Amino acid sequence: MISGSIEEEYEGMVEAYEKAGGDKDSLADKDIAKLVVHENRVLSADEVSGIKLETKETENGVDIRFLIEEGVKVKKPVHLCFGVLPEEGLQEIVLKVNAGDNSEVSVIAHCIFPNAVKVIHKMDADIEIGQNARFDYKETHYHGEFGGIELILKARVKVNKGGVWQSTFALSDGLVGKMDYDFEVFCEEDSVAELIVKAYGKGEDDIKILEKIHLNGEGARGLAKSRLVLSDKAKAEVRGETYGNAPHSRGHVDCIELVNGTEAVATAIPMVSVTNEAAKVTHEAAIGSVDRRQVETLMARGLDEDRAVDVIVKGILR
Amino acid sequence: MLQVDELFLELDNKTIINGLNLEVKKGEIHGVLGENGTGKTTLAYLIMGVNGYKPTSGKMIFEGKDIGGLSVSQRAQEGISLAWQEPARIEGLTVRDYLSLSGNNPGVKRISECLDMVGMEPLRYLERDIDSTLSGGERKRIELASIMAMQPRLAILDEPDSGIDIVSLPILLSGILELNRQGSSILMITHSEQMVEIAHRVSVLCAGSILRTGPPEEMSSWFKDNCQSCAHINEPMLEALSELIKKGKNDD
Repeated sequence: MISGSIEEEYEGMVEAYEKAGGDKDSLADKDIAKLVVHENRVLSADEVSGIKLETKETENGVDIRFLIEEGVKVKKPVHLCFGVLPEEGLQEIVLKVNAGDNSEVSVIAHCIFPNAVKVIHKMDADIEIGQNARFDYKETHYHGEFGGIELILKARVKVNKGGVWQSTFALSDGLVGKMDYDFEVFCEEDSVAELIVKAYGKGEDDIKILEKIHLNGEGARGLAKSRLVLSDKAKAEVRGETYGNAPHSRGHVDCIELVNGTEAVATAIPMVSVTNEAAKVTHEAAIGSVDRRQVETLMARGLDEDRAVDVIVKGILR
Repeated sequence: MLQVDELFLELDNKTIINGLNLEVKKGEIHGVLGENGTGKTTLAYLIMGVNGYKPTSGKMIFEGKDIGGLSVSQRAQEGISLAWQEPARIEGLTVRDYLSLSGNNPGVKRISECLDMVGMEPLRYLERDIDSTLSGGERKRIELASIMAMQPRLAILDEPDSGIDIVSLPILLSGILELNRQGSSILMITHSEQMVEIAHRVSVLCAGSILRTGPPEEMSSWFKDNCQSCAHINEPMLEALSELIKKGKNDD
């Protein structure tokens, strides 16, 4: 159990952040907006011009209001760092994001639970992307090797006319534990939504993913993409749903799950629906073992079989 | 360098490779010329040790060592590699990564040279994934570049010209010659007489057997006269094949 002063907790988080692949220097850069939250304590919150990060500590977590002012184009990515360092804990993050019209921002979020034996991390996000605004969100998790974590991640995103929402969720280091990922995006006229999930399930990981895109505005476009690799006794269910409700809207669901071993179980449920005759939504889903031809292609360059499989798996999750 | 003796392969009670004998000498480009379905790719797979292609009988000796029991990796580590006719696409693996994996730890400079040699602009391709966003011709040229980066002792090139446009073909041929100049012996498997023009020696393959071996011009002419017009193409009757083998020997 790590306890003590805010400074000690901050140092612990920075160290774990670095181990999880984060850039430690970015947390010290004054030109970068950032937020570091450990359990329910805000350890650091730095704004830059055009960005507001308002926080309120709650019993089990933090409520956050993240505002990007209209027309602001943020040069350096905003860094968010959430974590629970002890073996047990509950962290509830309620996140409200408002990206003003014509704004542009890139956000890198690191979620760190390196010692989790019995940890629950919940995120409930309500996000609005303004007209012609662009929001790029990358969330990377690091969970350690105990697998004692439950993730409940929910987001509702509204993308207004001409706006762009791109999110990438990656969890390939450590055990996933139990994960329930539920992202739903509503796209207005000429807006774009791209949801990407990449995860490596090992041990007894239990992964549920729901990516839902509603193409409600004319010319809206959406992609729900997932890449999962499962080994040991891990199981995963991926649902990709896209609804073409407006003329000339275009959507695609793309799911690949690789099963490495005999006990892992993968399920893919793509769902496409069109309620407008000028809309088009497509899907593709592939589940199977690592492709033998790919493995032998790399083996013919001198890699042994295990290394070849490793390279293919890392490529899928990159 | 490579000696293949009396090689047989039967799959589903069908003889695919039928007592094949072949010698690739050190430093040479050796063309294997054959029509579709004669066993060209199967021969490449047998030499490389691809899964599911284990000889029913016969020997393959590489640099004095019997390679019959070695895995694909082990054969590659011995110095044999294969540029596949239809190379796999691997999501998330960039051209730079793929060529870096090709043994010898080639640096970016060497990787860029290899891409140049197959007519691909390094800045445009280094960070591209070798996935379905590449055209068939681009992927083939990257396959050849990866062989160049690896510089194996024996490079097996399976139909290196398939999917390559006519403008890129001379670049490809000069790349193969350069690979040979840099020390790799080459076994080039093809149905194209144009491709074997750069070979030192050519063997004609039909129904899993080498019918004869000789200089490129002579073999191309023989191939044209006997194989392209053969009524038994792809599935020659045994007697017809015996006749061809006999004819080949008599012509010698």
